[in-house]
Amino acid sequence: MSMNPSVLLTIALLPLAAAIVAGLFGKWIGRTAAHVVTIAAVGAAFVLSARVAWQLISGEVQVFNDTVYTWLVSDGVRMEVGFLIDELSVLMMCVVTFVSFCVHVYTIGYMHEDPGYQRFFAYISLFTFAMLMLVMSNNFMQLFFGWEAVGVVSYLLIGFWYTKPSAIFANLKAFLVNRVGDFGFVLGIAAVVYYTGSLDYRDAFAAAPQLAQTGYALTSSLEVSAITLICICLFIGAMGKSAQVPLHVWLPDSMEGPTPISALIHAATMVTAGIFMVARFSPLFEHSEAALSFVLVVGGTTALFMGFLGIVNNDIKRVVAYSTLSQLGYMTVALGASAYGAAIFHLMTHAFFKALLFLAAGSVIIGMHHEQDMRKMGGLGKLMPITAVTCWIGALALIGTPFLSGFYSKDFIIEAVHESTRWGATYAYWCVLLGVFVTAFYTFRMVFMTFHGKPRWHDADPHGEDGHGHGDHDHHGHGGGTPHESPWVVTLPLVLLAIPSLAIGYLTVEPVLFGGYFGQAIQVLEVNDVLAELAGHFHDPASFALSAVGHPPLWLALSGVVAAWYLYLKNPAMSDRLAAFFAPLRRVLDNKYYFDWVNENVFAAGSRALGRLFWKAGDQALIDGALVNGSANLVGSLAGAVRRVQTGYLYSYAFWMMIGLAGLLAWFLLLS
Amino acid sequence: MQAGLLSTLIWLPIVGGVLVLALGDSRIALARWVALATAVASFLLSLPLYMGFDTSTAAFQFVEQMPWIPAFNASYHLGVDGIALPLVLLTTFVTIPVVIAGWTVIEKRPAQYFAAFLIMEGLMVGVFSALDALLFYFFWEAMLIPMFLIIGIWGGPRRVYATLKFFLYTFLGSVFMLVALIYMYLQAGSYDIVALQELPLGFDEQFWIFLAFFAAFAVKIPMFPVHTWLPDAHVEAPTGGSVVLAAIMLKMGGYGFLRFALPIAPDAARELDTLVIALSLVAVVYIGFVALVQTDMKKLIAYSSIAHMGFVTLGCFLAFDIATGTGSLAGAGMGIDGAMVQMVSHGLISAAMFLCVGVMYDRLHSREISAYGGVINRMPMFGAFMVLFAMANSGLPGTSGFVGEFLVIIASFKANFWYAFLAATTLILGAAYTLWLVKRVIFGPVGNVHVATLEDLNGREFFVLAVLAAGVLLLGLWPAPLLEVMQPSVQHLVEQIVTSKLP
Repeated sequence: MSMNPSVLLTIALLPLAAAIVAGLFGKWIGRTAAHVVTIAAVGAAFVLSARVAWQLISGEVQVFNDTVYTWLVSDGVRMEVGFLIDELSVLMMCVVTFVSFCVHVYTIGYMHEDPGYQRFFAYISLFTFAMLMLVMSNNFMQLFFGWEAVGVVSYLLIGFWYTKPSAIFANLKAFLVNRVGDFGFVLGIAAVVYYTGSLDYRDAFAAAPQLAQTGYALTSSLEVSAITLICICLFIGAMGKSAQVPLHVWLPDSMEGPTPISALIHAATMVTAGIFMVARFSPLFEHSEAALSFVLVVGGTTALFMGFLGIVNNDIKRVVAYSTLSQLGYMTVALGASAYGAAIFHLMTHAFFKALLFLAAGSVIIGMHHEQDMRKMGGLGKLMPITAVTCWIGALALIGTPFLSGFYSKDFIIEAVHESTRWGATYAYWCVLLGVFVTAFYTFRMVFMTFHGKPRWHDADPHGEDGHGHGDHDHHGHGGGTPHESPWVVTLPLVLLAIPSLAIGYLTVEPVLFGGYFGQAIQVLEVNDVLAELAGHFHDPASFALSAVGHPPLWLALSGVVAAWYLYLKNPAMSDRLAAFFAPLRRVLDNKYYFDWVNENVFAAGSRALGRLFWKAGDQALIDGALVNGSANLVGSLAGAVRRVQTGYLYSYAFWMMIGLAGLLAWFLLLS
Repeated sequence: MQAGLLSTLIWLPIVGGVLVLALGDSRIALARWVALATAVASFLLSLPLYMGFDTSTAAFQFVEQMPWIPAFNASYHLGVDGIALPLVLLTTFVTIPVVIAGWTVIEKRPAQYFAAFLIMEGLMVGVFSALDALLFYFFWEAMLIPMFLIIGIWGGPRRVYATLKFFLYTFLGSVFMLVALIYMYLQAGSYDIVALQELPLGFDEQFWIFLAFFAAFAVKIPMFPVHTWLPDAHVEAPTGGSVVLAAIMLKMGGYGFLRFALPIAPDAARELDTLVIALSLVAVVYIGFVALVQTDMKKLIAYSSIAHMGFVTLGCFLAFDIATGTGSLAGAGMGIDGAMVQMVSHGLISAAMFLCVGVMYDRLHSREISAYGGVINRMPMFGAFMVLFAMANSGLPGTSGFVGEFLVIIASFKANFWYAFLAATTLILGAAYTLWLVKRVIFGPVGNVHVATLEDLNGREFFVLAVLAAGVLLLGLWPAPLLEVMQPSVQHLVEQIVTSKLP
């Protein structure tokens, strides 16, 4: 039996319809109707996605690959909108709609005071639509559609509070950095059309082995393999969206947006589009060793070095953001090691526990009356028990505690890259292995600084009496009032997300990684198949978890937690001494390796300087000054003289001239 | 109905314009409605052109012919093919928002203002539908007069300089074209465009003829380095003038390349294509940087237009490199398709962008970016439109701005990787200058006391922008009908330009 295309269309279009209703008519239908309609639409999309997924997995229906409508035909190349619904896309659809649903519910609580309430719901519903179109696509063009559409919604949401200068700086930056990636993406698509004359995945995948044998002359002396050119161009697109070094700079700044979208867009779904893309294109990437090595090195660098930045940041959201960067690096490493399944598996588990961590951070921020600085937190665990417990679950899942979801997905990435013999794999292996310690350290630094230890939220009171202990009666620390637990619309999504964070890895690791779940959706050449090698050592999830005691990652994670506990709870003075000792290193980290400085001072300022040079020297001095001026002045003075004679009559004269010309034409016509 | 449709589209607006002129400023209320009725009627009458268009042939349709100046064997010969039709429709469509946008805004000689635009509409339809080169030239030059008046009467403080610069440039280019046309007339004994396209010409003849056409069309579209008249003209022109200038007049340059330069002098075009492509890429990259640093909104959009027109000339001239590089013609048509879509799309987007600036200018009487900031706080509806059109201007998929650029980039990859590489920089540059503009003007806290007094769109402004937004989205989401109309004519053109005329 085949899938019903109208069900698929419904899944994608429901959130769009809801977005249009909430966005265009939000003022008339009111706040409640706006969230009801969008939540209902996204909820229905989730239910339908889950149903389609179940039908596909149980073998009730076949993989769907068909056109919805023809966008255009140019020169024989058909550009279409169509769906490819296979094991990979249904997984993504379920993750996207589920997380989106949780975030929708959470938003009721988080944004309830915001005047842009309806607009916000319209945006996140629109985002869900765009993301679904992205993952459901069966061709490069629609993928790019969805790709850009999620980028725009991200732009609108980062700049949601448009009066905040930092927000509108961040959204422009995010869009432009993504456009640098898209620049590569478009060239990759153009290369695919050049070789296959088609935008269909199917045709490109079929041509891949042959493209591996084809060379493309970039210059007369430089020839690259066609498949490598295609894959690297496409991967540059992925680097933009999935924030890989050096195109990662936009993601930390994107935290200027409201927290629900940090969870939905900048942690769980949109930023994983690049990971999804490379996994989707596994039939292409498999044929390019060079591209995969490039992927490995970029991913490894991101995984480790972005993790370091999480250690020095004090903004609770930014710590989670750097964690996201680092985890995206893990996924990218998995892709580079040909363990696409492991990358997607980590993408899924990460979507749950990272969305959870973000929403928990948001809950803390609400509780703290919009304070994000962890130095002003502490001891919140008792006041916000649900948030604290769910945050602990998310943190434990993130650092790879055995039996929790992140354990399975992360461990198999480390194992897979260890197995890989590809150039760059050793470097990537050490990066992800050391990254385990770093992850545990920054994660529990955040947990301890926020929920444990001495409360520091008295310190920031308007009287500026910081550094001293206060009596417990002074509860008007920041913005008025003691931190409090959030309402149920906020905590319910936390609980909903905590469940998969705990269990989804244990439940699904076997079928997804070793049970051939992905079928034909992911294709790996036999020589590259590291996951198949690992399958030999894997018996069942429980014994695998127990065997973790014999492997370094568990001990690295544990030592990271202990180190964080010692430095931030037990002996905080020690952390200051360490910071002083490593001051030069600390400065590099505080400046985020100077990426922002270079972007701001070299690329942005350089572009403006170049623009001014072209404008003043080229257009004004050379072209207008030297070439045009002489003649223009001559004609100008002549015309000026003529104009004086005709003053007052010129306009009517010209009109009569026009009418005369028209009359002349008509006369000739009538005459003949 | 079929016969005379094109004539109606030319003469109806001209007659309407004369009527508006006759009614004059004293009966302006009536004159306005006559102007609007004429514009709407012209648009409605242009729809049968599309409905009745036979998409299976490259032949000219809705042909009308009668003798005009027998002494020169010039005839009043009209007709449209798949290349002219979209531009005719664009012309009749864009005139409506221009009339509505000027409704109460124009205080000085309003009747003449509306009349000028209506007469210009008729003349522009004439340019796109003339099949006789002399008739084409007549419309081409006649059209300058109303535009000259529009900038000269309703323009800004430096309008005299701007009009003269505009006139000087375009006249100089056109004169060369006239010489070329006369030369070919002497060879062919006719001004019939199809006859000129079939006229066998030696290489040297083609070379000079091509250069003459190039002078006319490169100025019009405009290409680097003969583009500097455009920012000045835009800055001084009233809103409606800028709209027509950007949306339609520039397209005449692109149309000229496709109708005259390429099919008449294909061998010269093959020889000179690298030059044209290089200048097109300069337009995309160099002008992109120049646009980035503009402080005047209209200048910024004007430079953005030049960069976007770079895609038109690039797309038009890719055929030769594709044919030699890949040994087949696949992709050559895509370049021209892309150029055509880019012209139509830019017609809508640039019109909308200039109207947006006009909306702000009408309120605060400044075009300086620094005079604004946080406009969305006071004008949320306007802000939404502006963001939409800015996104379209940066080539966002789902808007019309994406279609043409995407097709041209794909086609240019077939010609040469580095063409595609440079062309694709528009993704970054276009987004940079457009969205930076939006950031500084629309977003942020309320910039100053003047911004704090702004009122959101009135019904008329809303309608105008909504209509253009619908066009931008429709063309972006479903461009197939437009491509379908063009297909046979573009294929025919590709065959013409790769077939050598040399003996």
